[in-house]
Amino acid sequence: MSATTIAPASPAAAAPWFRWDRVALWSVLLLFALFFLVPMYVMLTTSLKDMAQVREGGLLSLPTAPSFDAWAKAWSSACTGVDCGGLRPFFFNSVLMVIPAVAISTALGAINGYVLSKWRFRGSELIFALMLFGMFMPFQVVLLPMSQILGWFGIASSIWGLVLVHILAGLPSTALFFRNYYVGLPDELVKAAMLDGAGFWRIFWRIVLPLSTPILVVTLIWQFTQIWNDFLFGVVFSGAGSKPVTVGLNNLANTSSAVKEYNVDMAAAMIAGLPTLIVYVVAGQYFVRGLTAGAVKG
Amino acid sequence: MGALSIRNVTRHYGSVQILKGIDIEVEAGEFLILVGASGCGKSTLLNIIAGLDKPSSGSVHIAGRDVTHALPKDRDIAMVFQSYALYPNMNVAQNISFGLEMRNIPKPERDAAVQRVAKMLQIGHLLDRKPGQLSGGQRQRVAMGRALARNPVLFLFDEPLSNLDAKLRVEMRAEIKRLHSLAQVTTVYVTHDQVEAMTLGDRIAVMKEGRVEQLGTPDDIYGRPATRFVAEFIGSPAMNIVACERGAISIAAHGVDLALNDGQRHAIGGTKGNGLLYGLRPEALSFADAGLPGTVSMLEPTGPETYAMVDTPVGKLTARVPGKVHHAVGERVFLRWSPDEAHLFDAATEARVA
Amino acid sequence: MAPSSARLAAWMPKLVLAPSFVLALLFIYGLMAWNGYLSLSASRLLPNYEFVGFDQYVTLFDSERWWVALKNLGIFGGLFIFFGMAIGLLLAILLDQKIRAEGVLRTIYLYPMALSFIVTGTAWKWILNPGLGLEKLVNDWGFAGFQFDWLINPDRAIYTVVIAGVWQSAGFVMALFLAGLRGIDDSILKAAQIDGASLPRIYWRIIIPSLRPVFFSTLMVLSHLAIKSFDLVMALTAGGPGFATDVPATFMYTMAFTRGQIGLGAASATVMLATVAAIVVPYLYSELRAKK
Repeated sequence: MSATTIAPASPAAAAPWFRWDRVALWSVLLLFALFFLVPMYVMLTTSLKDMAQVREGGLLSLPTAPSFDAWAKAWSSACTGVDCGGLRPFFFNSVLMVIPAVAISTALGAINGYVLSKWRFRGSELIFALMLFGMFMPFQVVLLPMSQILGWFGIASSIWGLVLVHILAGLPSTALFFRNYYVGLPDELVKAAMLDGAGFWRIFWRIVLPLSTPILVVTLIWQFTQIWNDFLFGVVFSGAGSKPVTVGLNNLANTSSAVKEYNVDMAAAMIAGLPTLIVYVVAGQYFVRGLTAGAVKG
Repeated sequence: MGALSIRNVTRHYGSVQILKGIDIEVEAGEFLILVGASGCGKSTLLNIIAGLDKPSSGSVHIAGRDVTHALPKDRDIAMVFQSYALYPNMNVAQNISFGLEMRNIPKPERDAAVQRVAKMLQIGHLLDRKPGQLSGGQRQRVAMGRALARNPVLFLFDEPLSNLDAKLRVEMRAEIKRLHSLAQVTTVYVTHDQVEAMTLGDRIAVMKEGRVEQLGTPDDIYGRPATRFVAEFIGSPAMNIVACERGAISIAAHGVDLALNDGQRHAIGGTKGNGLLYGLRPEALSFADAGLPGTVSMLEPTGPETYAMVDTPVGKLTARVPGKVHHAVGERVFLRWSPDEAHLFDAATEARVA
Repeated sequence: MAPSSARLAAWMPKLVLAPSFVLALLFIYGLMAWNGYLSLSASRLLPNYEFVGFDQYVTLFDSERWWVALKNLGIFGGLFIFFGMAIGLLLAILLDQKIRAEGVLRTIYLYPMALSFIVTGTAWKWILNPGLGLEKLVNDWGFAGFQFDWLINPDRAIYTVVIAGVWQSAGFVMALFLAGLRGIDDSILKAAQIDGASLPRIYWRIIIPSLRPVFFSTLMVLSHLAIKSFDLVMALTAGGPGFATDVPATFMYTMAFTRGQIGLGAASATVMLATVAAIVVPYLYSELRAKK
């Protein structure tokens, strides 16, 4: 195949055959980069155009007179079904829901992961396996009974219903993240602390938790992304005043009003997507760690 | 009443018997070594003493109290782990005082303890550093400091020198011995290294497959090993063992008569007729003008001594002679020893006969 | 120390784990069972606990719409998994070639995973808009005859879901494969190169086979995503046109929450569960066995 020698360490040696290969390599990579970036570009530019330009101009053209009018409309006056108050109320519902849900599910995950890794008892591995199956289960299977239960507790239409469901749904994955991380902490640390006189909680507060910063960040980011982006629970378990931003966006984009305002749709999509996108850009590497930790089951 | 009593302790996991009945009494201030190959149960026994594991039967008493069911923190013991187990998020001073903090000792006393220990171990200049910034030897000292600060009744060491390089190991061994003579705390020390066992211990318990093969002073263990296993385990190079048939008052291996002294002759006279094992430590053999003939097969000069492997009619023997050997490989030589240096073991039970 | 505190200490871990464990058990298995019972009941708009045996399942599998949903799951799932894995693996291999801008490219490939499926669906719905989206773009470029009305074409609409889904998830697959590639011992590659193997050969014969575990976990995750696909379909096509892009997840939602057919919805959910279990349980079991 190749007429030239292959350098022992780096495939990217300076033989001419490899140079041509490099060009091909980069073209493919850049093509895919375009594939992934173009939709975002389209979203952004469309949201900055007015409807006239949207119709006349092309999908990829830059806005001639960029303005945030569509954004303002999406935020406060677009119609999302019966109401025409924009995404704002939905956005705040999401915020109110996400904060307790993420905080509580992460805290529970830390404690459960601590028990499952450092205080194993007979049956704890079985318990863990049983909980783990919850990560795979299609949530469709709990929707009906859960809405009954929320109804009984009277929180079916409140944000707390959503918070509760997200906490329950997050129990397996958060426990998995923390458990896998804590398994990497030497058991002898816990033994030494026991001999020093520390008990279950003291060991957690003084030794284990201070060493948990990496996994805390990963779990917080993962949970925030999952819960903010969720739609299924949002649409099933919310009442009129507690729908999250994903439901708002879907309603907004699908209202069959007379004139479709695509620029407003795109602005709304950007508003809904910006929080998690910003978190990704700022703390992306932790996000990746979370993804790979969750998928490659240990 | 001893500082530590281990009475008939057994431990099994399912059908696997890790400890098969351990009885040891340790005096106050004594330095006891638990030594044996991997898997012999010494670490399990240490964990049971510490309270990190529960015995299947038997009891553990510390300073007269039955602690078999007590939590580790209630046993008034301190432990130094093989990996030191220092808390990475705390500095050295906090690591040392953590145990005192857990017992609600007020700050001035804690600080005083830290200073006392730091002086003893010469780590005063490290008090603000975190474990990640310390070398292996320094971490070792901090781990010991953490144990010392608590003034416990019993010290436990779990192979603390295994992670150090050879030179550091020698230094730390001396350090541990010095500390023991200063602090005089009863100590149980687990190791697989027989040099540590011989140099550090007041008494040594040689363990094999969950049992104590012999419990005695280093002299006892070395000079009068109770079983073949103990004889071969302690001492390097290992003892030469030759299988023999026995007559009424004499023994022979491969047709060669082996000399016996009166005591040995008396001992074999009194016991029934199994075969015997004749043991000679390498340093008991020396080159002479007459004696057991043999051919030198290999020479290993180590500097102060030479190990010489000699093929003889009774088998391959290893001799350990001071200085250099003035024979060459392949040369015919004669080996000589005193019967007083010989150890006799029963071939079937492998127990000491004389 | 009083023995009671020792006993408390021994029980503490169990006490702490218990609430989460009990809740998880109830939430997962309890509700699963309840749903199972609903599927065997005569519930329509409201739960009605009259036992009717497998009637709902018969109705389910008699329903043309359900079969459309199943077929769509097969098409979508198969294509989604195939293209997701192929593109992800390709990107991972390419990125593994010591590219200088690897960090930037990785960020670009992965960011779609940070978005909600609703955002993705809404964006792609606009991009593939017949008349104003991709079709018009290509027409404007000079290909006047180009038509792209897949979004409203009952036979083609499901493929738009594939496109949007692969766009969202390929980066994730890439991240998994990249991690797997990075875990391969460098010295094996060097030995192969000294043995004279060319780069593509090395990839084909040595590297890809050693990625088998990653293949399996990726397959697991993608299948799982495919079966659960609800958000993406709702945003992109709302199951339409008509119910041409219905998938089991949207079928279940529609039946249970908008059509007043709770029993039927519960039955469809149970079938979804059975499908997932059939794939996941053997996988988990073999993983756990292997660990032992």
